[in-house]
Amino acid sequence: MRDNSPAASLLGGFIASFRRDLLIAARHKAELTNPLVFFLIAVTLIPLGVSPEKTVLALLAPGIVWVMALLATLLSLDGLFRSDYDDGSLEQMLISPQSLYFTVMAKVLVHWLVSGLPVTLLAPVLGLMLSLPIEGYLPLLASLALGTASMSLIGAVGAALTVSLRKGGLLLSLIVMPLYIPVLIFGASAVQTAVQGGAIGMQLAVLGAFLALAIVLAPIAALGALRISTNG
Amino acid sequence: MAWQWFHRLGSPRWFYEKTTPWLPWLATLSIALIVTAAVWGLAFAPADFKQGNSYRIIYIHVPAAFLALAGYYIMAISGAVGLIWKMKLPFMVMKSAAPIGALLTFVSLVTGSIWGKPTWGTWWEWDARITSMLILFFLYLGMIALQQAFQHRDTADKASAVLALVGMVNIPIIYKSVDWWNTLHQPATIKFTSKSSIDPSMLYPLLTMVIGFYVFYALVLLLNTRVEILRRENRTQWVNDLISTTNKRA
Repeated sequence: MRDNSPAASLLGGFIASFRRDLLIAARHKAELTNPLVFFLIAVTLIPLGVSPEKTVLALLAPGIVWVMALLATLLSLDGLFRSDYDDGSLEQMLISPQSLYFTVMAKVLVHWLVSGLPVTLLAPVLGLMLSLPIEGYLPLLASLALGTASMSLIGAVGAALTVSLRKGGLLLSLIVMPLYIPVLIFGASAVQTAVQGGAIGMQLAVLGAFLALAIVLAPIAALGALRISTNG
Repeated sequence: MAWQWFHRLGSPRWFYEKTTPWLPWLATLSIALIVTAAVWGLAFAPADFKQGNSYRIIYIHVPAAFLALAGYYIMAISGAVGLIWKMKLPFMVMKSAAPIGALLTFVSLVTGSIWGKPTWGTWWEWDARITSMLILFFLYLGMIALQQAFQHRDTADKASAVLALVGMVNIPIIYKSVDWWNTLHQPATIKFTSKSSIDPSMLYPLLTMVIGFYVFYALVLLLNTRVEILRRENRTQWVNDLISTTNKRA
């Protein structure tokens, strides 16, 4: 028996697109691991390019891990709506009676689960390689978890704007990177402050505020952008 | 009746014909203001007792920086008007405003850098204002890049309007973040923010220059928009008539 109440269909639509996207992501395992491999290689370049000295690396570690995590999330953004746009399912979603807000939300959530979350979980290992002091690990996990979620949401707007362009990848990075700066500032600062022995409640609170704001606004902007991209 | 002018804005032709007589006035006014302020500021205003004459670059730096920021809002608001009321003209204004704004941001960055060398002893400092201006420059570049990436003009207009709006929401957040970040890392040698009190003898030429820059900005934006109107409407009868009468006169 079908439940036709509006609330159930909202939630149903959300769950359906969430499961579909998760399934698609699970079947493309290479795309799952690529951001992680990028993250690993890019961080490895730093000791090779700067200095393997432990004191130098420990000083740079919070910033490096954060910047590389940002780039890793950025690189995976291009695929967010791409395949749906190419095979036409995006247009089906746009004309479906389901609330598009929740469809976009489900896509972004899956994107975070397969890119932001693994990057966050890998970050302590890279912190270890960069001899990040012990006080930095929990703040690194917390700030990256909050920050990558905001970045997935903000990035969704950029991905939606550039989805109809065949070579949108570089352009996407170009328009999204300036918007990531506040997240980077507070995220890296949380880790840095913790390493220096300060309290990081404020930074995490601000990152949480960014996330709350992004959850409310970013999907709206993204779905507006998707409508524009598909009509063009 | 009060909103009639707004509905007329839906017609690029009306706008084009309406603004034609404004141009000489705007040009005269902006040149007069800028020349007056330049002579006043460069020759008659007293030298700063700490910085000597090098501070005089303020007469270009500050107005450019003001308009760089104001230009982003003008661009974003035009984009919003275009998206909401589905008018053609605001998108043309938005598109014309992007390169002007980027150029002004660049000018304020370069003059700031030239000013920084004798004052702070360095070409570049990660000061909060410099950094925010740099980010604003990136936002402008993103706008221009997105605008040019689309083949379809309607899509380009709407997509860049959305980007401009997202940028507008983000600018205060970016500014506050950079400000906070900078106070965290503030090097003790630079006290740029404490130098806020400015003597009236220096302030008045500066204000004149700011007004002059605003008028000049309006003029350049109008000219750019008019070119954009002609380019987009080039298949319409009135543009063809305009071209043939101009050719006849020449």
